[in-house]
Amino acid sequence: MSRLTVEAPGALALVEDLGRPGLAHLGVARSGALDRAALALANRLVGNPDGAAGLEILMGGFHARFDEETWVAVTGAWGRVTLAGRPLAPYTAGRAVAGAVLEIGPAERGARYLLAVRGGVDEPAELGSRSRDTLSAIGPAPLATGRVLEIGAAPAASVPLLDREAAFPPPTGAVTLSLLPGPRTDWFTDAARTALFDATWRFSEQADRVGARLVGPALERRVAGELASEATVPGSIQVAGDGRPTILLADRPVTGGYPVIAIVAPASLDAVAQLRPGQEVRFRHA
Amino acid sequence: MSRRLLPSGDAALLVECDSLDEVLALHDALAAEPPAGLVELVPAARTILVAVDPDRLPLESAATWVRRIPAEAAARRSGHVAEEVTVDVVYDGDDLASAAALLGVSTEALVARHQAVEWRVAFIGFAPGFGYLVSDDWPFEVPRLDAPRPRVPSGAVALAGAFAGVYPRQSPGGWRLIGRTDAPLWDPAAASPALFAPGRRVRFRDSGRS
Repeated sequence: MSRLTVEAPGALALVEDLGRPGLAHLGVARSGALDRAALALANRLVGNPDGAAGLEILMGGFHARFDEETWVAVTGAWGRVTLAGRPLAPYTAGRAVAGAVLEIGPAERGARYLLAVRGGVDEPAELGSRSRDTLSAIGPAPLATGRVLEIGAAPAASVPLLDREAAFPPPTGAVTLSLLPGPRTDWFTDAARTALFDATWRFSEQADRVGARLVGPALERRVAGELASEATVPGSIQVAGDGRPTILLADRPVTGGYPVIAIVAPASLDAVAQLRPGQEVRFRHA
Repeated sequence: MSRRLLPSGDAALLVECDSLDEVLALHDALAAEPPAGLVELVPAARTILVAVDPDRLPLESAATWVRRIPAEAAARRSGHVAEEVTVDVVYDGDDLASAAALLGVSTEALVARHQAVEWRVAFIGFAPGFGYLVSDDWPFEVPRLDAPRPRVPSGAVALAGAFAGVYPRQSPGGWRLIGRTDAPLWDPAAASPALFAPGRRVRFRDSGRS
């Protein structure tokens, strides 16, 4: 069996697939790659099914060595990526010869690279998924230097001949996200509901796979009482007692006691995975 | 009895009930006939989240399904008797004495009552496998700690509000600790990973150890 050896994990490198839906009633979040479209695309570029497990690499600084010939593709964040010392263009498949080292440099745009290897990362699944849930500590442990990962058997599908799809680098400026109605919109004042869409928000440094806080005006509540804990979906924007919104992400607790004013549409949720601290965010109605 | 359907994005809706009893009854009725394309059915204190795969079950169809459950069916608990689990407890929790004092009873009386009543897992929240247990025969409301403990040990048996619970693994927590158990609360490798799955009946038993 083919393997890759992690020579440097960077800030945080995790095994992720498309997660484990259907277990929220047991307190288990879906988890999975934050930028689901980028994982699916990386997989397609090497002939894998969309949901094969790959690596989610935060901000770069990742090096890995392949012991046998294999195909790889890197999507999501953009930065300098080299394979055996030669540049590998974003969103293209590259052939790694035996012994080749893949080096993923610091992200210049976006925040999370998605690395697919032909055959997928073949770590043991837990509760039906190979995803690391950072909050509940389910799934493969975060990658450390020296960690060896098995690579699965090559899929039946070949590596596509035309491997470059329309590839847009993650934006560096203001990003507009689409919002769907949330269950507790009516717990907020009219002014708060207007401010949500009128304000320019800033993506904060308090952002991980569990949730991301936004900096902007305080959203005032109309209903003062306490909300009994209720189940949330990924993308829920919950507003804490101080009026500050947090976008709940893949590894969130599956129930929460703060009211959800709106929900980031699934298509926009991938964009949240690529936001960097300080970046401007605006909302529009989906 | 009222049942409000609230939006929760484009692939889920939140069903709001008047009481936890109504949630339990409606959850039983919904779980008894899940339509194809249902992804999650998540009971909580006053709500049930219904999440769908919109390619297989349009949200509107899910809403119709929820509305179609007659009030009478949901008002009576479903006939099937859920599996009962017995949990052996050593009643030596750090908050046992203070909890009893807050409730105005002796520690012996509190422990006896905890074992005498039949509990039911209403829902799971907070962490994988952390069940919120309720009982019609449990008379107490236990205030949470003013400041949560940074570290509650795995297996701690605890009380908060009208609920009983057991911490499946070490975590922070603000419930009052009355004892501990070795019961396997959470095992991802098991066919049923959570010992306290929603709907399950639970009895606590003094293990006699200390």
